[in-house]
Amino acid sequence: MTTSSSTHSFFQKKDVLHYGLLALLLIVILPLSMDIFRLNLVGKYLTYAFVAVSLVLCWGYGGILSLGQGVFFGLGGYAMAMYLKIEASSPEATAIQSTPGIPDFMDWNQLTELPWFWEPFHSLGFTVLAILFVAPLFAYVIAVAMFKRRVGGVYFAIITQAIAAIITILIIGQQGYTGGVNGITDLRTLAGWDIRSDYAKYVLYFLCVGCLFAVLLLSQFVMKSKLGRLLVAIRDREDRVRFSGYDVSNFKIFIFCFAAMLSAVGGAMFTLQVGFMSPTLVGIVPSIEMVIFCAVGGRLSLIGAVYGTLLVNAAKTTMSEAFPELWLFAMGALFIGVVLAFPNGLAGVYITLKEKLFSTLSSSESKTKPPVDKPAAESKAAIPNASPANPS
Amino acid sequence: MPNKDFVLSVEGLTVSFDGFKAVDDLSFYVDEGEIRVIIGPNGAGKTTVLDLICGRTKATDGSIKFRDQEFTRMKEHEIVHAGVGRKFQTPSIYEDLTVFENLELSYPKGHGVFGALMFKRDAAVINSVHEIAEMIFLKDHLYQRADLLSHGQKQWLEIGMLLIQDPALLMLDEPVAGMSIAERKLTAELLNRITQDRSVLVIEHDMQFVEDIAHRVTVLHQGKLLSEGSLEHVKNDPKVVEVYLGH
Repeated sequence: MTTSSSTHSFFQKKDVLHYGLLALLLIVILPLSMDIFRLNLVGKYLTYAFVAVSLVLCWGYGGILSLGQGVFFGLGGYAMAMYLKIEASSPEATAIQSTPGIPDFMDWNQLTELPWFWEPFHSLGFTVLAILFVAPLFAYVIAVAMFKRRVGGVYFAIITQAIAAIITILIIGQQGYTGGVNGITDLRTLAGWDIRSDYAKYVLYFLCVGCLFAVLLLSQFVMKSKLGRLLVAIRDREDRVRFSGYDVSNFKIFIFCFAAMLSAVGGAMFTLQVGFMSPTLVGIVPSIEMVIFCAVGGRLSLIGAVYGTLLVNAAKTTMSEAFPELWLFAMGALFIGVVLAFPNGLAGVYITLKEKLFSTLSSSESKTKPPVDKPAAESKAAIPNASPANPS
Repeated sequence: MPNKDFVLSVEGLTVSFDGFKAVDDLSFYVDEGEIRVIIGPNGAGKTTVLDLICGRTKATDGSIKFRDQEFTRMKEHEIVHAGVGRKFQTPSIYEDLTVFENLELSYPKGHGVFGALMFKRDAAVINSVHEIAEMIFLKDHLYQRADLLSHGQKQWLEIGMLLIQDPALLMLDEPVAGMSIAERKLTAELLNRITQDRSVLVIEHDMQFVEDIAHRVTVLHQGKLLSEGSLEHVKNDPKVVEVYLGH
């Protein structure tokens, strides 16, 4: 946020630096220093970053803690997977099935034709629209039902968690339509282009990075608009916002739907890069993991969420390779530790360090001037809330 | 009574919380340009009356007419758009935002989702914010975070947030509570200036302050109207003396 109204634009000098560094890391350093297996893994983590960024918007700024973001990730991922699965289930490729031309798991479940809601996924155009709009539509239904009735805070978090559980059970239960607990696997081509080759993995990695930057910039625009400041205001004093003439529920509905859309894009990128989609990415555990990524990165920093996701996942991979049974405890401890010691996550630590450096520099530069607390006020405004883990 | 001259007509207003009538068959009328002070002992229902008018609490019965709009069925933000501003008892501001941003958010433009997304901080907004900031003595604190302000300054900021909306009816719940003597004086000055061309409904305990600003006084007791008129009249009303001033 700005200290002067004249410099109030959504992209500032320091943002160029921050985005530039992230781009350098993701576009140059990682692809040059990693083999394709590791890079593909980074690509997978980056798809979680979409969700972490979406949580910065609705939890960090809007104060709406969603413990069911995995649902939206899953809706995007499944939409992509359905398209890819239909393409992988051509009559020639599935000639050995009792009903050729339908996905293998349907055949195993004695289905003899493609269910009606699978039909539109023959079209790539429809699939892209479904990825972008099904999740926000579902989010809209939830949000209208909750926010118009002024359900919020912890109650909302619990309800989103229940929805994540329900959707998981639904997917597992409807095996013939969804692939059940195994999910939708054995995906091969995207419009005839093999997504399993090393070359395709490179292309998809860069596509994922590109989408992530698009999402970051779009989110940055939303947060730097008046709507972003309104969300902070709603988080702090919902009543006051109402009496300033705003219909608070509309703003909450908007940001929740927007966050759902970002998560769904992440889900679609996951399916493309990893080559399957399953209910293990939809339920309560992944949804809460996403909240941890966001908290570690700093729930008020869009870019912090990306770093947080990468770091926690890197730690997860290293730790779970070495001590598989200890990992979950380490993750829990990490979350508690971060919330207690660094309520604003990595981004908070970064800003505090920068502030210290800045104040030592400026005090050594100008001893004559009385200390003005303008830089301090500015950086505090960038991290508006210091209260730990307070969802409402 | 004809209500064309009144900015606000409250008639037969009743609200009951689980059988307890916090406001009971209350009627009063506020003229255009009038400063009305509501007084009464603790629990008389003063704040509830303001809550009812601004839509925070829904009335069980009765009517609240603002010019020709019926408020009892309207939502909070619609009531604000109709021209009513409300100040809460404890300063209710956005502490994580700067003074400028607090005022800017209260500026009556861009109230829809897409309006807010596309909102431009143009010259009209900036001028308006500066003008109000000057008026509420916060010109030098525009870019300070609101939680760093003193209690009195926060009260002023909230008054400023109402002023920028330019409401026809201003409702203030104990505007000078917790203020120092100096701040109190400034606030009385401020209120005298801003109440020129609008109607004001004030809840206040400080009798000196009431005397300074009130045109008429309404006394509430246990949710009912006890007495109404000039401060002089009310002060000498034996019923009022008994329940309120006498103790």
